[in-house]
Amino acid sequence: MTKQSPENKPDIHSEEFLHSLMRKQLKLSIACALSFFIVLLGLPLANYFWPDLLAMRVWGFTLTWFVLGIGFFPAVWCIAFYFIKRSIALEDEEVAEVQSDHTPKP
Amino acid sequence: MMPIFAMSVDPWILAFSSVTVVVTIWMGFRSARTSKTASDFFVAGRSVSVGWNASAISGEYLSAASFMGIAGMVMSSGYDALWYPVCYACGYLFLLLFIAGPLRRFGAYTIPDFAEGRFDSPAFRKIAVCFVLFIGFFYTMPQMKGAGTTLAYIFPGLPYWAGVGLVGAVITLNVALGGMKGITLVQAVQYWAKMFAISVPIFVLMAVYGHYGKQLEANGGNVQHPTYNIPLSTNASNAALDVERSPLPEKAPKDETWLSPFGPLTTKAAKAAKLSAEEAKPYSLLYTYSLIIALVCGTAGLPHILVRFYTNPDGVAAKRTTMWVMILIGIFYVFPPVFGVMGRNLFPELYNGIGSKGTDKIVLELPRLLNENYAPIGSILSGITCAGAFAAFMSTFSGLLVSMTGAMAHDVYGRMLRPKSTPEQRMKMFKIFAIVIGGVAMLLGSQVEALEINFMVGQAFAIAAASYFPLLFMAVWWRKLTMKGAATGMLTGGLSAVFAISLSSFSTLAATPGKTGDMFAMFKPLNDFWPHYPLLRILCDQPAIWAVPLAIGLMIIVSKLTSKDVPSDIRMKMLVLHAPEKLGLKQEYIQEHQAGGH
Repeated sequence: MTKQSPENKPDIHSEEFLHSLMRKQLKLSIACALSFFIVLLGLPLANYFWPDLLAMRVWGFTLTWFVLGIGFFPAVWCIAFYFIKRSIALEDEEVAEVQSDHTPKP
Repeated sequence: MMPIFAMSVDPWILAFSSVTVVVTIWMGFRSARTSKTASDFFVAGRSVSVGWNASAISGEYLSAASFMGIAGMVMSSGYDALWYPVCYACGYLFLLLFIAGPLRRFGAYTIPDFAEGRFDSPAFRKIAVCFVLFIGFFYTMPQMKGAGTTLAYIFPGLPYWAGVGLVGAVITLNVALGGMKGITLVQAVQYWAKMFAISVPIFVLMAVYGHYGKQLEANGGNVQHPTYNIPLSTNASNAALDVERSPLPEKAPKDETWLSPFGPLTTKAAKAAKLSAEEAKPYSLLYTYSLIIALVCGTAGLPHILVRFYTNPDGVAAKRTTMWVMILIGIFYVFPPVFGVMGRNLFPELYNGIGSKGTDKIVLELPRLLNENYAPIGSILSGITCAGAFAAFMSTFSGLLVSMTGAMAHDVYGRMLRPKSTPEQRMKMFKIFAIVIGGVAMLLGSQVEALEINFMVGQAFAIAAASYFPLLFMAVWWRKLTMKGAATGMLTGGLSAVFAISLSSFSTLAATPGKTGDMFAMFKPLNDFWPHYPLLRILCDQPAIWAVPLAIGLMIIVSKLTSKDVPSDIRMKMLVLHAPEKLGLKQEYIQEHQAGGH
């Protein structure tokens, strides 16, 4: 971003640009957060309503112990990995968009 | 040293622990020579690689609570305690999703810096600084308990407070001389030390006494399955025969309650009120949710963790660092509960211990069982876990001390008291504040022997969740937030959480026998009050469920009322927070700010 012609500047500084920027980011974050909350807040509810199912034994663990003590971490890594990949891509898209707007047309 | 005293010290354990302490101090001093400038001290020159930084964040994050506290709490309370390690790890995801990126782009040394920059208000900086200290002190107390417990284990007969004083003094000196540049390296190495120390003994123990699942199976082999009629009981009793199990003492929770959700941890208040198991269940659910909110949101508001995001060279690196942190701490957190489970089967004597002699020391003591058949392997492994515990409370305490001292030297002294001070003067003040804050932390730490390590850390998280988390979250995503709104919300949420937590902890301390009990005697009537109002007890124990919405709600209401105070260049600020760094808006913003401001 060494060259920016002044007449193009209002573009990044416009209300629309900021809005779409924040919307895109928030959408991604909320989507990831939702999938995470369903698991995180769902497990206590499952414990509450289906205690017998979750007391089932899996390799000696109770199912709920297995999910919480071991299974949770890989699930969180998957969400994080997806988020990081998408958010870096999102940034690159934004940069590309702005820069292509700014290259003077022949 | 008295001869009897020296006799009972296990030389292996002493050797491993001393090596850890000496290496930590040596590394601190060594890197102190390479960190010269004030900014080196504060954020390590902003150029730490992803791998180092991720290890350092993890090293700092895995405190005495993670290393000793989780195992102790899983042993004492069972299933419910598993929420702690899971949420300690998940909190990072939350931080990554909503806060890490924008905050990093905004570029400020500390949260108070962010608070001032976002609202153009030096006054707000002062308010924000208090919480660095509040959260910091609440978080150092469990570290000190870890230190006192470990030293009391290594030197049987050494009083708890002496251990606290000794470890506290060593770390305080180290921080006063080293600064954060040293700390980054030390923290990174310490992550790997902790990982080694928690995993190796567990693998050996599992090889000898039976694996994680088997150990769990031995618990509650008689769990009934009326709905799912699977022939479990036969399996379970077979396994129970494989795993040797010492008889549980009276004080230990029964298998069924220990193994299932909504056990002793979350039903304590309801039990005290003499509610039936069915009646207690909704209370437990509430407790669980409040705990989850505190831990998940609290991670995002821990001052000593956030400051490290600024040590990444750019936003992409900051995100990649977070990913690695989650992997590193996630793997770690699988292990401590195993200690708790095995401790219940093999070392139930600890249920009878109180304070530093209780379940919090299971991680240290359990490997010694191997000495029965495989001496001296038990001592060596116990030495390794002690070394890990040292690494845990030393690294977290140093990290906290650096951020609290940084807040005092950088914010209170450098910005408020003496804005014209030279870098040399600030460096000198950094050292003085390190000693003062270290001293206060030791004093507080010596009072909390009766409280569980993990519980105290959870409370520090709850305060962070009710103060910094709403501030950061709202300031990043809602442009209409005004300074008055943010301040009202953060102060009310945070202070009411501090108040609620103190009430519940003071009443617990008042119920302990001895000197501590006398000191907090004025809170004794509370213990007669709680059984009548179990709901209030839960809401004081775990305030996040009301304090976080309270803070956010107040922020919205007050901001609406003072909407004319929204900073005039809010659009630019939001752009800096959200636009990719490659667009170079930060530089533009600084230039505009300097042109307009002065």
